[in-house]
Amino acid sequence: MADKKQSPKENAAEKPGKTTISRRNFLKGVGTGTVAAAVAPTVLIGAEKAAEAQMGEAITSATIQLNINAKTYEVEVEPRTTLLTVLRDGIDTRGNHVDLTGAKLICDRGECGGCTVMVDGTSVYACMMLAIDAQGKQITTVEGLAEGDTLHPVQEAFIQHDALMCGFCTPGFVVSAASLLSENKKPTLEEIKMGLSGNTCRCGTYPFIFDAVKTAARKM
Amino acid sequence: MPEKKEYKVIGTRPIRHDGVDKVTGRALYGADFHTAGLLHGRVLRSPHAHARILSIDTSRAEAYPGVKAIVTAKDLPDAADKVADLGEGAVHLKYLCDNILASDKALYKGHAIAAVAATNAHIAEEACALIDVAYEVLPPVLEVRQAMEPAAPLLHETLKTGSLGETAEEPSNVASHLQHKKGDIEAGFAEADVIIEREFVTGTVHQGYIEPHNATALYNPDGQLTVWCSTQGAFTVREQLTEILQYPISKIKVVPMEIGGGFGGKINVYVEPVAALLAKKTGKPVKVLMNRADVFEGTGPTPASFIRVKMGATKDGKLTAAQTHLAFEAGAYPGSPVGAGAMCIFAPYDIANVLIDGYDVVVNKPKSAPYRAPGATNAAFGSETVIDELAKELNIDALEFRIMNGAKEGVKRADGPVFPRIGFIESVEAAKQHPHYTSPNGKKHHGRGVASGFWFNIGLASSVSISVNPDGTINLVEGSTDIGGTRASIAMQAAEVLGIPAESVNPSVVDTNSVGYTAVTGGSRTTFATGYAAYEAAQDVKRQLIARAAKLWEVDEEDVQFADGEFSCINGKEAQLSFHDLSARLGETGGPVVGSAAVNPPGAGGAFATHIVDLEVDEDTGKVQILRYTATQDAGKAIHPSYVEGQIQGGVVQGIGWALNEEYIYNAEGTMTNASFLDYRIPTCLDLPMIDTVIVEVPNPGHPYGVRGVGEVPIVPPPAAIANAIYDAIGIRMTELPMSPDRMLKAMGKI
Ligand code: FES
Ligand code: FES
Repeated sequence: MADKKQSPKENAAEKPGKTTISRRNFLKGVGTGTVAAAVAPTVLIGAEKAAEAQMGEAITSATIQLNINAKTYEVEVEPRTTLLTVLRDGIDTRGNHVDLTGAKLICDRGECGGCTVMVDGTSVYACMMLAIDAQGKQITTVEGLAEGDTLHPVQEAFIQHDALMCGFCTPGFVVSAASLLSENKKPTLEEIKMGLSGNTCRCGTYPFIFDAVKTAARKM
Repeated sequence: MPEKKEYKVIGTRPIRHDGVDKVTGRALYGADFHTAGLLHGRVLRSPHAHARILSIDTSRAEAYPGVKAIVTAKDLPDAADKVADLGEGAVHLKYLCDNILASDKALYKGHAIAAVAATNAHIAEEACALIDVAYEVLPPVLEVRQAMEPAAPLLHETLKTGSLGETAEEPSNVASHLQHKKGDIEAGFAEADVIIEREFVTGTVHQGYIEPHNATALYNPDGQLTVWCSTQGAFTVREQLTEILQYPISKIKVVPMEIGGGFGGKINVYVEPVAALLAKKTGKPVKVLMNRADVFEGTGPTPASFIRVKMGATKDGKLTAAQTHLAFEAGAYPGSPVGAGAMCIFAPYDIANVLIDGYDVVVNKPKSAPYRAPGATNAAFGSETVIDELAKELNIDALEFRIMNGAKEGVKRADGPVFPRIGFIESVEAAKQHPHYTSPNGKKHHGRGVASGFWFNIGLASSVSISVNPDGTINLVEGSTDIGGTRASIAMQAAEVLGIPAESVNPSVVDTNSVGYTAVTGGSRTTFATGYAAYEAAQDVKRQLIARAAKLWEVDEEDVQFADGEFSCINGKEAQLSFHDLSARLGETGGPVVGSAAVNPPGAGGAFATHIVDLEVDEDTGKVQILRYTATQDAGKAIHPSYVEGQIQGGVVQGIGWALNEEYIYNAEGTMTNASFLDYRIPTCLDLPMIDTVIVEVPNPGHPYGVRGVGEVPIVPPPAAIANAIYDAIGIRMTELPMSPDRMLKAMGKI
C-alpha cells in the first residue's frame, strides 16, 4: 500500500486548515462547551455565531459559505460536519439539496480515496476535511470537471479504456488523476502509481486506469 | 453447437452504456438519493462474539429527541423452525431471521441486535448507545478445528450434524458432512510411486466491495413495500424479504440501484429487512447505511478453512489418487461454500481415484457469504500446491504435468458431472507458450510459480424484453444488476442478432415489477444467461419484424430473409428494408414490436484458468513483491474482450490480496482488531505489476455464441501460484494464508 505519508491527500488531510485540534478530539468534544469554545475562535463563522462563541456558549452550528464548482452554497454546518457530508447530504439555507453525490462515503477516515475532491487544485479526502475548513477555498468535485458537455480528458480516457467496472471508486480516481495531471503533465508509470496510491479500487481495474491516465496525459 | 462465424458486434469493444454517468458522478448508487421525509436508521451491534441476550430495554433510547422508532427481533414475525425455499435451496428461516436481528443469542461481534430510526444519522447513532442490552457472555469459538472438538462451546443447542443422509444424536458445531467418491482411493495410493500429503490453513477474508451496504424502504398506506438497495439480485432480495417479513411477494418491489461491487457479498440481505421494519413502524421512508466497520463485522466474509490434501502419482507422471478433508468455517449459521470447494478441488484433473470429505462448521464469526468462486480458492491453495510439489518431486515441468493429467471432454468429476467440451488443456498450453513462461528466471530470491483453477459457473433464470423504437434503436430491459459492464455485454448479444451496432441498444436494469424473474448477478452467469435471454428476445423481435416486412410486401413470411441488418424479399420480388427503415414503419404494419424471452439455460460450461507469477522475497522484511503476472483463461467466447480482461485482472488483484495480506485478525474475545481499510489491507496501485491476460476461446456448446462465465475463476489460482513461486524463490513451502511478512519471517526462521 502507499506509504500514507507520501500521499498528497494525506498531507492535505493532516493539516486541516487553521485548526490544530484533531478531528477525533473534535468529534468527541461535540456538545461539550469547552471544546467547542476552544475551537471557535479559530474558525471562520458568521459574525453573530462568532459573537455567541465569545460569550462562552457552545457552538452547535454555524452558517458558512462554500465555493463548490464555481458556485456559492450557503449551508448550516455543525463543527463536526465534514466537507463530504455537505457535498452529499447538505441542504442550503434556502432548502435545496447540495446533492453532489459523486464523491462517495466509503471509509470516512482517509483510507480509500473514494471521496476525493480538489481543494484549491490539490486533491483532498473530503471525509477528512471539516466543512468549516473549506471556507474561502475553490472546491471542485467530479461533477465540476466537465466543461458543459465536454468531458475532462481524464473522464474521456476512463471511458475509452474501460477503466471502471462497478464505477464506485471512479469519481475518486478521476479527480485524483485530474489533479495529478494538473501538477505533472507527463507522469511516468511509477509517478502515476504514486499519485493514485491513495485511491483504492476493489474491482482491480488498476491496469486500465494506468492506461487511461497515460492517454489523458497525451491529450492534455 | 455455437455457430462458427464472423461476428459484427461480438468480440468488439464498444464504449459502455453507463460510462458517462459513472465518470461524471451522476450514476445513482443506493446512498446517493433522497426522498421526501426521509428518516435515517442505525443498527446497534453486539459487542460480544458469543452471548445470550437476557433483555433489551429501549425506553431510554425511545425518549431521546428525534428518535422515531426502534426495532428488535421481536418485530420480526415468529420464524420458529421453518425452512424457506429461496430458489437457491432450502434455508433455515430462523437462522435467516436471527442474522438480521438476533433473538436469543448474539453469535458474533457485530451481530445486529436492534435498530433505531431518527431524524438524522447522528441522533440514530446516539440513540443506539442508549439501548440497554443485558448479555450473559459466553466463551467464543473462533477456529474451525477447535469448533469441531466435542468439548467446544456450542453456538446452536439444536444443531446436529447431517452426514450422508443421517442426523447425529448429539448437537455439535458441525452442521454437515458431505462426501464425493470416485474409484478406489486405497488402490489409487497403492499404485502411486510418490505421495504427498500436506495441511493448509486459510484466513477469513472479506469481499471488500468498497460500497457499504445500504437500503431505503418505504411502506405505502396500501401496504406496498418498496426497497431501494445495493444488491446483486433484486429478485433474491424480494424473496428474502417475503420470507423474513412473512409478507406477500406481490406487495414487495425491490429497486436495484447502481452497485459498488459485490463479489458474492451482496446476495444475502442485511439492512434491507431492518429498513423495512423501521419504515413500517414510522410510516416514513427510512434509509439505513452501514459504515466500513459494520461491513467487516456484520456482513459475510468468506470463510477461513483447514484443508488436508493427499495426492499420489506414478513415476512417469500419472496422477493415481487424490484425497482431501475440507473443513470450512460457516460463520455463525450453517452454509459455508464447502460444497463448492468440494466440487472444484480436483476438477482440473483426470484422476481415477478420488475421495473428498467436506465439513460445514459454525464458529463465532459473521455468517459467511459467497466470494468470487466461493470455496474454490481455499481448495485450490491446497491442491495446486501439492500438484506443484509432485511435479517437482517427479522432475516434470509443472505445466506439462498439468497437461499430462488435464481433464477434457468426457471426464467425470468426483462429484458426478461429466465434462462437456472444456478448455483446460488449452489454457495451460497458452501459459506454457507464453513469453513470460519461456523467459529466464534465476535471480536470487526471485521465484516463479504457476497454478490452475476451476469454477463450474451457473446458469439459472433470466428474463429480457426488447422494444423497437421508430429510429431503429431498441430498448432492452433486464433484471441483472450491472456490476462490471454487463449492460454492454448483454446489449451486444441482442445487437448481433438484429444486425445493429451496440450503441443502438439502450439497456436498462429495472425493478422487480418491471421485468421477468432474473436470478442474481453471481456464479459468473450474467453474460451467459442474461445474454442468452437477450439473444432469444432479439430472435423474437426478428421473427416479428420478418412478419411485418412480409405484410408490407404482401408476401409470405418464408419469403423474407434477414441478414446483416437488412430484410429482403427472396421470392423474386425486388424489396429491401433495413432494420432502421422497417422500425419506422411499425405503426402502419400493426403497432409496436416487443420481443421477450425467459430462459433457464443448463449448459453454463465450466471455466478454467492458469496463472504464472514472478515475485521477489525480501529476506529482511518478509515482504513479497509481485514482479510479473500472466493469466490465461478459457472464456468460451469473449463478448467484450475488455471486460473479460478486466474480470481476469480484477480476480488476480483480489487473489493477490488474499494471498499476501488480507485476513480478519481476532483477539481472544472474538473481536476483529482490523476492521478498517487501513488495517485490512487490500491491494493498491503500488502492490501490483501490470497483469497480462490471455483469452483462450473454446466455445461453450451450451450458449449460442459459446460464452462461458469469466468473472470468478481468475481468483482461484493466485494464492497457490504465489506460494509455489515463494518456494521457487526461497525453498520454503508456505501452507498458511495470508503469506504476510510476519508469516514469511516465521517460516524463514527469522522471528
Ligand atoms: S471515504 Fe474518504 S477516504 Fe474513504
Ligand atoms: S471499479 Fe469497482 S471499485 Fe473500482
